Amino acid sequence: MSVGLEHYLILSAIIFSIGLYGSLSKRSAVVILMCIELMLNAANISLVAFSRFVTPVLLTGQVFSIFSILVAASEVTVGLAIIIAIYRHHETIDVSKINILKW
Amino acid sequence: MGLDIAFWALAVIMTAAALAVVLLPNIFRSALALVVCFLTVAGIFVTLSADFLAAVQVLIYVGAIAILIILSIMLTKEVQRGNLSNNLRLPVFIVCVLFLCITIFAMLNTSWPVSAEAPLETTTSTLANILFGEDGLFLLVEIGAMLLLATIIGAITIVRDK
Repeated sequence: MSVGLEHYLILSAIIFSIGLYGSLSKRSAVVILMCIELMLNAANISLVAFSRFVTPVLLTGQVFSIFSILVAASEVTVGLAIIIAIYRHHETIDVSKINILKW
Repeated sequence: MGLDIAFWALAVIMTAAALAVVLLPNIFRSALALVVCFLTVAGIFVTLSADFLAAVQVLIYVGAIAILIILSIMLTKEVQRGNLSNNLRLPVFIVCVLFLCITIFAMLNTSWPVSAEAPLETTTSTLANILFGEDGLFLLVEIGAMLLLATIIGAITIVRDK
């Protein structure tokens, strides 16, 4: 059986689930950001797979994927800046100990 | 046939690297596994005949984002504590497995409108026409540039020493 659209979609679902597990169950904020990057990559894989198999000439999914990469780059930059600022104030980036917004 | 072998090899390496990101006890090593995962995603883009996106993936994810993550691991002292989990690990695992099963079920039971056309040989000129040509998405490109500028200024402002 040759590789089709479903194979790529299932691969992206597996990567997304691993990223979801990591981002919900880890304590370190950096690892949570890494897992969010995994989830964004899974979304990119499925967008490019749709672009290859559903609209192979129009490349709609690849344009979506370019903008998704752009937003991911700016998101991770600001996220890491916030993490380093929190580390300066609290000497930890354990998200279960950073609860100054909790009342 | 070659594409099939490449897909299976890349899929196995990518899943193993993603599991290593979550499961390895050392945060620095899981960041390196994340780099492997980004590179295999670029390979998957090549098998999907998206050459420009594969180059963008290597440049932005492997070149910029992975370096940022490794640098921020070095700036914080997280490596000494290890890759800890919180106390919701088992419920989260069950939720993720359920999510995976439901998603795969939905994907396999949908009849996708698969087109039989051959993919483009080189995608760069078509993408440039879509982004910069007449009736294109040039406004979105400009908004993206503004977003990146705002990101740079915001990141500098947040991490600057008072």
